[in-house]
Amino acid sequence: MNMAEKRKDDFNIRRAHLAELSDEELKARFFSLAEEIVEPLIALSKKSTSPSVERSVLLRMGFSSLEARDIVNHVLDLGLMGKGAGNIVLKTAEKLKEDYLKVGREMAEGKHLDIAQTIFKGGK
Amino acid sequence: MKLQKNEKLSVEEILKNLESYTPKRRGWHWREPVKDLTMGQFTYKEMSRPLTQSESLPSAKYFENIDPQPKAVITTEIASGRFEDDIRRMRMAAWHGADHIMVIRTAGQSHYDGLIEGTPQGIGGIPITRKQVRAQRKALDLIEEEVGREINYHSYVSGVAGPEIAVMFAEEGVNGAHQDPQYNVLYRNINMVRSFVDAGYAKKVMAFAQMAQIDGAHNANATAREAYKVLPELMVQHALNSVFSVKVGMEKENICLSTVPPTAPPAPSMTLDLPYAVALREFFDEYRIRAQQNTKYMESDTREATVTHVLNLLISELTGADIQSTITPDEGRNVPWNYNNIAALATAKQAFQGMDGLMEMIELKKDGFLRDKTREIKERAVLFLEEILEVGGYFHAVEKGFFVDSGYYPERNGDGIVRKIDGGLAADTVFEKDEDYFAPVTGFFGYNNVEEQYVSPSDAIGGDTLEHREKIVYIDELDPEDNVNRRLEETRKYFTREHIRPEVEWAGDGVILQTMMLPVDEMTAEAAAVEIGRKMGLLDVEVVHKEVLQEAEGTLVEIKGRVAFSLDAKDLVIPEKPEVFSDEEIRADIEKHPMKIVAGTLGNDEHSVGLREIIDIKHGGIEKYGIESIYLGTSVPVEKLVDAAIESNADAILASTIISHDNIHYKNLKKLCDTAVEKGVRDRLIILGGGTQIISDLAVDTGLDMGFGRGTKGSHVATFLVKKRRELREEE
Repeated sequence: MNMAEKRKDDFNIRRAHLAELSDEELKARFFSLAEEIVEPLIALSKKSTSPSVERSVLLRMGFSSLEARDIVNHVLDLGLMGKGAGNIVLKTAEKLKEDYLKVGREMAEGKHLDIAQTIFKGGK
Repeated sequence: MKLQKNEKLSVEEILKNLESYTPKRRGWHWREPVKDLTMGQFTYKEMSRPLTQSESLPSAKYFENIDPQPKAVITTEIASGRFEDDIRRMRMAAWHGADHIMVIRTAGQSHYDGLIEGTPQGIGGIPITRKQVRAQRKALDLIEEEVGREINYHSYVSGVAGPEIAVMFAEEGVNGAHQDPQYNVLYRNINMVRSFVDAGYAKKVMAFAQMAQIDGAHNANATAREAYKVLPELMVQHALNSVFSVKVGMEKENICLSTVPPTAPPAPSMTLDLPYAVALREFFDEYRIRAQQNTKYMESDTREATVTHVLNLLISELTGADIQSTITPDEGRNVPWNYNNIAALATAKQAFQGMDGLMEMIELKKDGFLRDKTREIKERAVLFLEEILEVGGYFHAVEKGFFVDSGYYPERNGDGIVRKIDGGLAADTVFEKDEDYFAPVTGFFGYNNVEEQYVSPSDAIGGDTLEHREKIVYIDELDPEDNVNRRLEETRKYFTREHIRPEVEWAGDGVILQTMMLPVDEMTAEAAAVEIGRKMGLLDVEVVHKEVLQEAEGTLVEIKGRVAFSLDAKDLVIPEKPEVFSDEEIRADIEKHPMKIVAGTLGNDEHSVGLREIIDIKHGGIEKYGIESIYLGTSVPVEKLVDAAIESNADAILASTIISHDNIHYKNLKKLCDTAVEKGVRDRLIILGGGTQIISDLAVDTGLDMGFGRGTKGSHVATFLVKKRRELREEE
């Protein structure tokens, strides 16, 4: 672990530009700085996904936690996380013209993965 | 199923049909303030809707047993590791005024990549699983009806499986959760990119389910070397999580800042803690405050902890708290014991009841030290934010060790926590969504390529589990050994009257606490205490607390140990509850045969409050039945009591005695009876003794007709008098 920087308390020098602000202005500055810091984190979250996010989607679709775990592991192996695990299950079920819950459970067991691969990589 | 207050909540009943249980409601519940609430003889300024059933404070018996409920939600934390035992603790807590039950997770769950299922036992908390959550919510659904107020159930949406846990919580009616990606990064060393990506999705689900969120900033207090110096950083941590949450779509009124007064005596804690509390409230006036109690400086002394916590409650009163968390006074020495949850809750309730209306009489000064210090803390926090941006944003600041440095920012001691953007658990597990990314569910955050034909993304699957509960897949148990059914095989009997065994954590644990003063030095006392425990037959004896009273003169020691036996209630001699006639029956009897008594406190005893309560009509005493009472005052010699009874032709003598030093109370009562015998009036007089230290059997041994101890009411005494006089008449 890197050692972080050491520094003496130079508050009285640093605060010079804040001294004239009213309490309200100081508060406004506090929150506008916080927004500026948070903005890129929000943008990052919006455009990204993770195994837990994808499992949370599958749970909401009606899969068990064990099925969700297995499906997402297969999606990771296929390199298709950017498509969305729920999306992959749905599109594969459409292709097979079967109920998505049935198809998803089968995918958890490792079936139909080739079809998913074709739909998403072949189609692009 | 409805609970009866005199019957145990059956764990078996809770577990029955759990697979099809639907929680009553979703979302957080705030207490409902009542303006100018009248209870008993008082009008309260800061109380909320009363409970229909509760346990009031011990001294409430002097105030018509009122139990005013403070306006802040009051939290208790439960961490036994066995959810089936936690249920009992929750019910006891609710009866003492808790409406926020925070269930601590087992050690290590934040690193578990996925949901845990079943009911495995945990360490320092339970593994949060769907079954355990559902069982506890089901129990709380019953308990909240019993006490007459909604109870918030709460656990943690942090760690590496945040989004999944948030979904499970929303499905199961969990009402609140900790969620703060900074906690993952700083204290759990989970990769920062993953933590912030997941946080957006987890928070969105929490917002969808109207859950309250508590942040993780208070952990910096507990972690930093000198807790009171991290104040500017705490403001920063609150701001980052709060603003992030608002941007995800959470309502400000459900975003709670977790704050702890950072210091404790012997530090001048008010001077250090109050300006910070004021600064926080002023900056975050649109948000909610969850006031936690200090744990950083807790030692094994439960008394010391309680005083610190009362000072914390004073800060809450002075600056406002929407949720008042409580810490058990024994947390400095062991996993919280069940009765200490109750002690902590009672401390909060008692303090708020006592401080009701305080802010109508005083106000915080608008100038001087408090203002200057508040302003300084705020400015330091602003400077902290400025420097985060200067170094390129949050991730870079964490890489440079900005956080949990023990220096008073902008001072830095170089001991902050350093994390790397590509380091920590679950690094490289974040993926960019493609243009055709799609998630067919509600409560989803960020980019989602929903086809035009769908109004809601979940239309693609005919609705999801948050809309159609029946779609949820419930898993019962995965581990054939580590589950509640196996545990109950061992412990079930301790839920019955046939196997009574002391308990502090788990059913049948057998643990008891013994307090002793040993007139020797500390080291000797410790060794002696353990040996005393062994000789008393205790197993696993351990010293849990000691305090030097004077280096040579004495040491206070508390030991814990286990008793290896249990008792069957049928082998016990249980005195019957005193019989009480109805008011009408007593009145009718007295009307037909008027009764007269003489009363006084015995010997050198000036304690007359108890006796007055038994006699005075305004306290519901025996006068209300028409019994004529001649009160002779305090410290009455026994001769005088007997003579007065003879002169006034009284039916009975009521003698009160509190002082019990050297058994003086029984000695005086015996003297009273002997005097009546000597004067030849014992047979026609009913002689009763009362006082807080009176045990009825021992009192009767002195020659009394009956003794009345703690908790006696006028109706008990009147019933006895009427009954005894009937017997005497029959004998004649």
